[in-house]
Amino acid sequence: MMIRYKTSNTFPKGGIHPPEYKLTQNVPIKPLPIPKSVMIPISQHIGAVAAPVVAKGDYVKTGQLIASANGFVSSNIHSSVSGIVSKIDTIIDASGYRQNAIFIDVQGDEWVDSIDRSADVISKIELAPEQIIEKCKESGIVGLGGATFPSHVKLAVPKDKKCNTIIINGVECEPYLTSDHRLMLEKGEEILIGIAILMKALDVEKAMVGIESNKPDAVEHLKELAKRFPGISIHSLTVKYPQGAEKQLIKTLTGREVPSGKLPIDVNAVVHNVATAYAVYEAVQKNKPLIERVVTVTGKSLPAPGNYLVRIGSPVSSLIEAAGGLPDDTGKIVSGGPMMGKALQNTGVPASKGMSGIVLFRASESTRVEKIACIRCAKCVTACPMNLEPHLLATLSMKAMFERAEDEKVTDCIECGSCSYTCPAGRPSLDYIRLGKSTVMKMIRERNIK
Amino acid sequence: MNNQLNVSLSPHIHGRETTEKLMFGVVIALLPALVASIIFFGAGAIITTATAVISCIVFEYLIQKFILCKPISITDGSALVTGLLLALNLPSNIPAYMVIIGSLIAIGVAKMTFGGLGNNPFNPALVGRVFLLISFPSQMTTWPVPAGFATGYADAVTGATPLAVIKEGVKNGESVSELMQAIPSTVELLLGKLGGSIGEVSALALLIGFIYLLYKKIITWHIPVSVIGSLALFTSILWVFNPDIYAGPAFHILSGGVLLGAIFMATDYVTSPMNSKAMILYGCGIGLLTAIIRIWGAYPEGVSFAILIMNAFVPLMNAYIKPKRFGEEIKNG
Repeated sequence: MMIRYKTSNTFPKGGIHPPEYKLTQNVPIKPLPIPKSVMIPISQHIGAVAAPVVAKGDYVKTGQLIASANGFVSSNIHSSVSGIVSKIDTIIDASGYRQNAIFIDVQGDEWVDSIDRSADVISKIELAPEQIIEKCKESGIVGLGGATFPSHVKLAVPKDKKCNTIIINGVECEPYLTSDHRLMLEKGEEILIGIAILMKALDVEKAMVGIESNKPDAVEHLKELAKRFPGISIHSLTVKYPQGAEKQLIKTLTGREVPSGKLPIDVNAVVHNVATAYAVYEAVQKNKPLIERVVTVTGKSLPAPGNYLVRIGSPVSSLIEAAGGLPDDTGKIVSGGPMMGKALQNTGVPASKGMSGIVLFRASESTRVEKIACIRCAKCVTACPMNLEPHLLATLSMKAMFERAEDEKVTDCIECGSCSYTCPAGRPSLDYIRLGKSTVMKMIRERNIK
Repeated sequence: MNNQLNVSLSPHIHGRETTEKLMFGVVIALLPALVASIIFFGAGAIITTATAVISCIVFEYLIQKFILCKPISITDGSALVTGLLLALNLPSNIPAYMVIIGSLIAIGVAKMTFGGLGNNPFNPALVGRVFLLISFPSQMTTWPVPAGFATGYADAVTGATPLAVIKEGVKNGESVSELMQAIPSTVELLLGKLGGSIGEVSALALLIGFIYLLYKKIITWHIPVSVIGSLALFTSILWVFNPDIYAGPAFHILSGGVLLGAIFMATDYVTSPMNSKAMILYGCGIGLLTAIIRIWGAYPEGVSFAILIMNAFVPLMNAYIKPKRFGEEIKNG
């Protein structure tokens, strides 16, 4: 089959340009001090909740398995610290839901012996494809862009489908966040080795790394390094939100459109985040499970915003403390970026695998604009990257006309928030669309059962 | 632990675009046309515009306060825009009481009876204008000839619009090329030396406003370009077919209310379609209907009627013309 590649460097329709506020793009990654105790949620991924394999009173080492995957679409959880398991209890996680977490009181920092903690970069890939996939599964690697889909599932391509291009997401189109940007600058070689590992696992010759042009240093750095990696190309993309969304990034880089209700593999592509590529490198070459990640801690009011290498399970309060402490006028704390992140109820929430940033908003920035009547300006239609009609979907959901919302493809919504962002009448369209989307998904599931 | 945190769904930031900003953007875009009309028509333009704007805002306030008992929303700027657009569609020497009646119809009947901003199916300013045109046909079609800045307006020299000259002339068996001698040249039409309503006078001023609207992303190009394009195409065909009885496309575009209608009236958010495919169809409908009314209809000018007719089709278009969804057509590179 002939494949044509488009030359345009952004997706053609929709999208918005929120102010970037990349306050921490020049702040190097610093390890966050290990807290006195951690809470490690047993569900930090899409899929089945992991089953704890430790009990109260057990001593665990850093990197030791503490909860094991419960089924194929699930993920292992490892201890990010060494110490004594004090309890297994419910907590409220970043999503606002209650779930079980393993509480560990920290004692020293004793790592599992098999983990290579040296600074050497190992570029020779020794494992076979199946072993790589098994290693990702063992190490609890999930998509670190925010969706936290278990990576080994993406790597196990069904027999009737074939991947011919790996897309690596270094777009970081959310305002404020710089964790991927810093990682690309500081761990560029490791990321490229990680991509080579993914290419070997999927038996693919070609990988495309998409980076928005507001990170020219990262583009240049990776371009220079990529000369030594056959098949990996680095692409500088025009800045536009939500370019980091899977379907939009595939469209930008390859011109392929993932059909409604299908997955990237249906257009022969697999998408992984740069941070995931780094985690894959660490798992495969250094035998290190996913127990820490880079988190951007930022906000206009924070005294010392920065990028931190955080042990999973550290409370958000310890991250904010490291960045100079919680300002008095803080009105909202968001886990993730301001466009798609989740507002936290308090700072006791633990850092998890999917947490790319903590963004603080002043009280004055944290309230919504007043909602008035829709003036039918169609700005939401223009902004929608999926070419939906957000005003219509919102109205249909509000009026509980879910069958019509299904016909209007409410399930295609990627919840990027461009419609609410752009609305001059301040209408929270996405709130209603989410209701419509989840109701329609439930309707579809029930229909399939019958 | 901080108990004062706001928790809400994403997105947590807003583009800071507001209805007021959009409405005042339209007002700014109308300023060149307003200034041009004051230069050409003098005090009459100022008086008519001020009357329309003030009465539209006052009527909206009174209706919201005393009849609907709803919160007052005159600060959103929509009544201001309606008043301005109504005034720009009137002759500058029209009696003030007629302007007030037109404003009452525009705001009271065309806008507030349907529930106010966002709910009216027809463009309020055009409803007001057409009501006046039908009710007071002689005052509404007696146009002062631009004569530089004049202080009085009741005794201004009046004359027919170029469109009326052509229409009457062709009916009386004269050829278009002869009639063209009697009306301003294309360059003069562009700059604004022709009789007509306040806002129609200078095509150039309207085009400056159009560029501003596009630059500020208040409107997209789809509606104005398709209105003007379809009118140009249709009139060109007729003109090539028989230049003796049909005027050329440049004349049709620059005379009368086409530019004002295409740029400012047809693009009214509330009464125009919401996706680009439907916008183009809507615009073509307006262009075509305008030409048909001008050439074969009873009135010399048809933009207002064309827009109102197409307004009626907007709900149908929104329901049946859908944007092509992402991933609807399988594109495999």
